[in-house]
Amino acid sequence: MSGVLVVLEERGGRIGRPGWEAAAAAPQLAGPEFIAAAVVGAKTEALAAEAASGPFAKVLRVEHPLLAPYTADGFKLALEQLIRAESPDFVVFPHTYQVRDYAPALAARFGQALVSDVVGIEPGPVFVRQLMQGRLAGSYRPQSHPCFVSVQAGSFRAEHPEAQAGASAAIAVFTPVLAPEQIRTRPSEPFRGSAKGVDLSAAQRIVSVGRGIRDAANLPIAQELASAMGAELAASRPICDLGWLPMERQVGSSGQTVAPKLYLAAGISGAIQHLVGIKGSQCIVAINKDPEAPIFEVADYGIVGDLFELLPAITEAVKSAV
Amino acid sequence: MKIAVAIKQVPDRDSQVRIGPSGRWIDEADLQYAMNEPDAYALEEALLLKEKHGGEVIVVCAGPERVGITIREALAKGADRAIHVVCDDLEGRDALGVARLLAEAIRPENPDLVLTGLQSEDLGLGQTGVIMAELLGLPHSTLILQVEKTDTGLKVKRELEEGWFQSIELPTPALLTIQSGGNKLRYATLLGIKRAKTKEVRTVAAADLGAETSPTVLLERVALPQKQKSTQFLSGSPKEAAAALVEKLRFEVRVL
Repeated sequence: MSGVLVVLEERGGRIGRPGWEAAAAAPQLAGPEFIAAAVVGAKTEALAAEAASGPFAKVLRVEHPLLAPYTADGFKLALEQLIRAESPDFVVFPHTYQVRDYAPALAARFGQALVSDVVGIEPGPVFVRQLMQGRLAGSYRPQSHPCFVSVQAGSFRAEHPEAQAGASAAIAVFTPVLAPEQIRTRPSEPFRGSAKGVDLSAAQRIVSVGRGIRDAANLPIAQELASAMGAELAASRPICDLGWLPMERQVGSSGQTVAPKLYLAAGISGAIQHLVGIKGSQCIVAINKDPEAPIFEVADYGIVGDLFELLPAITEAVKSAV
Repeated sequence: MKIAVAIKQVPDRDSQVRIGPSGRWIDEADLQYAMNEPDAYALEEALLLKEKHGGEVIVVCAGPERVGITIREALAKGADRAIHVVCDDLEGRDALGVARLLAEAIRPENPDLVLTGLQSEDLGLGQTGVIMAELLGLPHSTLILQVEKTDTGLKVKRELEEGWFQSIELPTPALLTIQSGGNKLRYATLLGIKRAKTKEVRTVAAADLGAETSPTVLLERVALPQKQKSTQFLSGSPKEAAAALVEKLRFEVRVL
């Protein structure tokens, strides 16, 4: 085959949204008859049946007992064999933690570098991804094939699988050759961190702070605004890394994904890892001293200025209005 | 334990980045640089492991002469020695090309453990560590928050998505990419800064590593990102801007 191979990812027994989004990027690289999907695991029948409802010409079940649980070694070796057999021009992945764990090594086995975290595809194809924490966009042109690409969550609108009702791709089984000694890591069952004390995903209003708050001692000005608005207090990753707020209040790809009516980001520059966590917000307000901060690219309202003056002023305005 | 830590020098996050005259890279004039923060966490993990189990920490950094400052910073924090891969065209290499340089510089050292940050703050490709593991033939794991030495190798805590974690056991030698936030970063002490001046920094020319290849993907243009929304900016004094914002939130978007 030439064309595109989309590597879907399982989430809780089903094809996860990130995989469907990767599938949504594929039509920009080839016609529908040249797009195949792969599902990988020890038991893939149900996943393949679900995938067959998607926009694919065929679905490949990459199945082997050693492919559960996930390991980088297992997935890398199995997909290498599949790609050598199928010879796609493009291999498209969702940019998940799992893909980040094995896809760069898989690409390296083909002498290729993965174009990771792609947010757009232009004719050529040229792959667009963010640079400098979202301050710039870079256009990458592949020089040879197979070309490996991972797409950022939310960058391509996922086709709703149900909307494809009636569509049914051909399903084939691919059995890779794997030996137990090739799997060098031994993963445990996943476990949750500390009991989740706050469910930010259900919050209607969120006041969120980033590095601009400068010191843990300054957090009360954000807490006061949150209290006045009836909002939850949250933060970007660095604030939680520093221990200024508990990890459970972290918003972004490594923390919680939120969808409030109002998301007020103060002193957050807007790295992509943060922005993917707030995309579902109805109204985003950004307060930042840097007028070029990438947070303003997604904000509905922006105020360029000093948050140490602005937050107390907004708190006062809310108190006197509501 | 002999530990190699690959670190990168990146533009300081508070410095203004501008597009360079070629339109293919940023303008490096007047930029301030700093150690990539995830790499600082990797270095911290290496120093903690050395303090606990003994051994040696070697930092490896590729880039032009200016990265010497970042190397000295790592030595001042406690690394024992450094390898500087001298390379003036780092931005013209893809992730595979950069990982090849670092892997070839590390290979003759035969370390028990190779650490690096999970991604860089400038390019954010998040691949260097995983590719190095592949090139060096090492088992690896990514997004690691804790590292524990066991009788047979390592037990690590890996971050998964949405607040989940996982422990992974792997034999050594191994490679880990370190997630930020697992430890508290140390500052260099005055004594450390003084000692760093006498520590060994070996320079290797990129061309002498036998790792030269042409890139498989070319960064052909950098541009300002396209705005996803038209932002309405509110101006005036803090008090005026605050009043205008609350007005909008109450009566236009009705979220207050």
